[in-house]
Amino acid sequence: MKYYDKLIFELSKEGRVGYSLGKNEWTSTTDEIPAGLRRSEAVGLPQVSEVDVVRHYTNLSQMNFGVDTGFYPLGSCTMKYNPKINEEIAGMKGFLGLHPLQPASTVQGALEVYYNMDKALSAITGMASFTFDPCAGAHGELTGLMIMRQYHILNGDLKRTKVIVPDSAHGTNPASAAVCGLEVVVVKSKADGLVDVNDLKPLLGDDIAGIMMTNPNTLGLFEKDIEEIAALIHGCGGLLYYDGANMNPLIGVARPGDMGFDILHLNLHKSFSTPHGGGGPGSGPVGVCGKLVPYLPVPKVVKDEYGQFKVRGRAGVGKSDVRKNADGCEKSAGEVSGFLGNFGVILRAYAYILTLGRENVKLVGKYATLGANYIKESLKEYYKLPIPTVCKHEFVYDGLVNDGSRKAADGTTEREGATTLDVAKRLLDFGFHAPTIYFPLLFHQAIMIEPTETESIETMDAFIDVMKEIALEAAEDPAILKSAPHNAPITRPDETTAARQPILKYQDEE
Amino acid sequence: MLDRVGVKSLDDLYSDVPKDVIFKGEYDLPAAMSEQEVRDFFESLDSKDEKLKVFVGQGAYDHYTPSVVPYITSRSEFLTAYTPYQAEISQGTLRYIFEYQSMICALTGLDISNASMYDGPTAAAEAVKMAPTCTKRKSRVLVSSSLLPNVIKTIQTYSYYHGTELTLIPCKDGQTCLDSVKAELARNDVAGLIAPSVNRYGIVEDLTGFAEAVHGEGGIFIEYCDPSALAVLKTPAEWGADIAVGDGQSLGIPMSFGGPYVGFMACRNEYVRKLPGRIVGETTDTEGRRCFCLTLQAREQHIRREKATSNICSNESLMALFVTVYMSLMGPKGLKEVNDRSYAAAHYLHDELLKTGKFAEVFDKPFLKEFVLKPLMPVERLHIKLHDGGFFAALETEEGYVSFCATERRTKAEIDALVALVKEA
Amino acid sequence: MSKVIEGLRYSEDHEWVKVEGNIATIGITDYAQKELGDITYADLPEVDDEVEAGDEFGALESVKASSELLCPVSGKVVEVNPELEDAPEKINEDAYEAWIIKVEMSDPAQVDALLDAAAYKAKIGE
Repeated sequence: MKYYDKLIFELSKEGRVGYSLGKNEWTSTTDEIPAGLRRSEAVGLPQVSEVDVVRHYTNLSQMNFGVDTGFYPLGSCTMKYNPKINEEIAGMKGFLGLHPLQPASTVQGALEVYYNMDKALSAITGMASFTFDPCAGAHGELTGLMIMRQYHILNGDLKRTKVIVPDSAHGTNPASAAVCGLEVVVVKSKADGLVDVNDLKPLLGDDIAGIMMTNPNTLGLFEKDIEEIAALIHGCGGLLYYDGANMNPLIGVARPGDMGFDILHLNLHKSFSTPHGGGGPGSGPVGVCGKLVPYLPVPKVVKDEYGQFKVRGRAGVGKSDVRKNADGCEKSAGEVSGFLGNFGVILRAYAYILTLGRENVKLVGKYATLGANYIKESLKEYYKLPIPTVCKHEFVYDGLVNDGSRKAADGTTEREGATTLDVAKRLLDFGFHAPTIYFPLLFHQAIMIEPTETESIETMDAFIDVMKEIALEAAEDPAILKSAPHNAPITRPDETTAARQPILKYQDEE
Repeated sequence: MLDRVGVKSLDDLYSDVPKDVIFKGEYDLPAAMSEQEVRDFFESLDSKDEKLKVFVGQGAYDHYTPSVVPYITSRSEFLTAYTPYQAEISQGTLRYIFEYQSMICALTGLDISNASMYDGPTAAAEAVKMAPTCTKRKSRVLVSSSLLPNVIKTIQTYSYYHGTELTLIPCKDGQTCLDSVKAELARNDVAGLIAPSVNRYGIVEDLTGFAEAVHGEGGIFIEYCDPSALAVLKTPAEWGADIAVGDGQSLGIPMSFGGPYVGFMACRNEYVRKLPGRIVGETTDTEGRRCFCLTLQAREQHIRREKATSNICSNESLMALFVTVYMSLMGPKGLKEVNDRSYAAAHYLHDELLKTGKFAEVFDKPFLKEFVLKPLMPVERLHIKLHDGGFFAALETEEGYVSFCATERRTKAEIDALVALVKEA
Repeated sequence: MSKVIEGLRYSEDHEWVKVEGNIATIGITDYAQKELGDITYADLPEVDDEVEAGDEFGALESVKASSELLCPVSGKVVEVNPELEDAPEKINEDAYEAWIIKVEMSDPAQVDALLDAAAYKAKIGE
């Protein structure tokens, strides 16, 4: 990776263009629009030729690390390999050229994708039906909570405004609850990291809408008491929501629907192999148990009695269609996005599921879990392992066993030890992306590692060797970790100045 | 491997899972397919879809996509990269997001843009949620009924749950009614107003007086816009808006049956800490080199949790790259041409349709590339004729109008063919 | 070693309080600013805002974290430190110089429930 220091604006030269629109057969222009409705100056976008655009973005890409470059052991992110057949399918011109409001009879193929994916994900998770409208995991969480609230509201249960969230939960859980108008009540974890059922019992009541959990939890541990937790929550009239970010180890092994979960979301860009894209687009489909199906958001794809696929509940549809279209949608939680979600992402996940097939689905969770445990056992002499039991697809270390810190005789610090951040930065020098750091909040020097099932033993062994080497470097002298990375295009950025004196656009540069 | 872990079989790894929860059946999925079988399968699905000439907009526009754009976005270093939390190996992602933020600010005239949101409707819903936090002790938000139906529905859904009170402002002569806005403002509890720059009827709204009225009562003005049209239309900043939102799909993203698209949000400096989503900022590294990193992260969900400005985590990063490359290739000249040709095609279509005598004008207002007409014949008959001719056009709206759109991709020959079919209907 | 000043009172959430008549000047301790790291922004209330003991009256943001400021006493905000808008890092430079708000107390006896310097030193274990 080579340092390349340009911005597209700096390549701009008056009069250059990079497009080809062909001969103009028209004569009128937007200059005919009344002047009071038009902008006063031409928009300040760069003027660049095609070759300069291509070179610029190609050079930018070479400062990036992707799953295709190397191993990404990011806990909680499931950075598995992104199969290229998915890309081919998502790029098919026929699919790209479909307008989302085309009459259902003209898009039976696209609607069948939704219908079949609904069936496939329901089979894998043990739920009854899915919506694909949410565009990301957090969006799915919000949608799931909306369904939970709508269920209680339409049952006249207006007191249920609280949702229980474990203290080990990912930040999106309480944030989604707040956006949905729910108050968060925290349930504590025991020393082994699992939800403390004794701390849960006093929180129950008729003001509880439900609980948001992930299983395995954010420490990679299976919530053994899940059946008891489900009984308790259902017993007080609440619903169970499953955060599917940690679905990977359960794929092919167990189904959240069978554990008592009523609502769940999946991250297609995690367990279902769609690429992360540098931070999106993702897709967060939400599945529900039978009794909650009427509360799913709209629009929704259904199959009618003639085997034809239809879209129900679309807003703003023709006057003649309104009554037919709204049938069965009266209890819906509402509309959460513009059209039918991220079709391009759904296509990729569908191709992945078809490639796996019913035979190979059974291997996903088990191999993910095996890999995680293998790494965990291999490094536990060098990194503190707070929870030594068998984990699932991910696990947490709490910093180095020997961080190289030194104290003087009077107790003052003579040499600062290497922190989790320093270990993460040093890993970059060896061609590995760092694991997730400082999450979950339960452990101050948390390093969360998730290899996924798509990595070979050679890759994992190489990672283990490097982690050992870094631990030994730290014990010897942490300075080399603290000044890392040395082999990346840049060294550590000054995040403090970035926050204190924000420069957030090119036009801000002086 | 099993030895190192200390178990005898893969199943032992799940010994802590209650036995009755372990799935013992066969998954109801098709058998595994080879790559070629996957290709054939999707080819057969594709053949069930009709490729029509698109003459409808309503939030998804058939604009030209330059070949360079998908070529760049399919580069694996962009496609398979994670969120740029480790800045040292994500400078590619961080730089293009910075460029994207800069371009959105250029289009809207506002000070700060975030790194993207899911789509236009959710960006609008988030802006509406933001309004009370940007003002002192005001809680109600006015929503123009001239916004697209799916935008209104999404705003209403979000607000229903987080408790923001909404009031729908009616239209007058096809535009947001200013008198109604003023009447509502008089109650002194309005945190903001959201209105479109180009509305659901395709009309370019005259927003004179709106910002002034809203500001006069201590509220903020949110404008919903088509970013491609902002290359020629008066900007949100020029109209006095505080926040601008919309969908970047019109910047060359294929219609792709509804997604992935990209929402944008830009605002004035004073509201930066209320802005949801990621933001990239410029800084230097320890060697003094210019570099970029995620900044102002204390607003985001992973730190502030339930006090975060939003719950957004993943955004639409790769689609932000898509539109950034598009805007780099098109530049100001290209975007003006796209708009000019769309304008010309749409006005030609409009005039020719009226000449057939089968439609009546609804609004006599300026439009860009979209318009509505009142059909003087049964809509079903019109639809059958147009569909048989290979067109998707005349989308029926809630009011019983028909909506048309023409972009730079629609030729005079196509329009003449469509009009000929209308004459026969 | 964190600096702890005699004569001031301290809250459980690492704020210090200087009492002059019925005006309480409030800031965060040296220990607190160290824990937060480089402060990048101060989210502060406005003059005339009412505050209740134990409620959040603002927040301090650093690069990686955001920390609520909980009011040790009830009353009305009469002054907000204007320097903190452009230079919140003054809190890192001298946490006892860089006061945050001044409150006209509605119940001055609440101060007695706060820790004294010795108790606060014991709390932070130094």
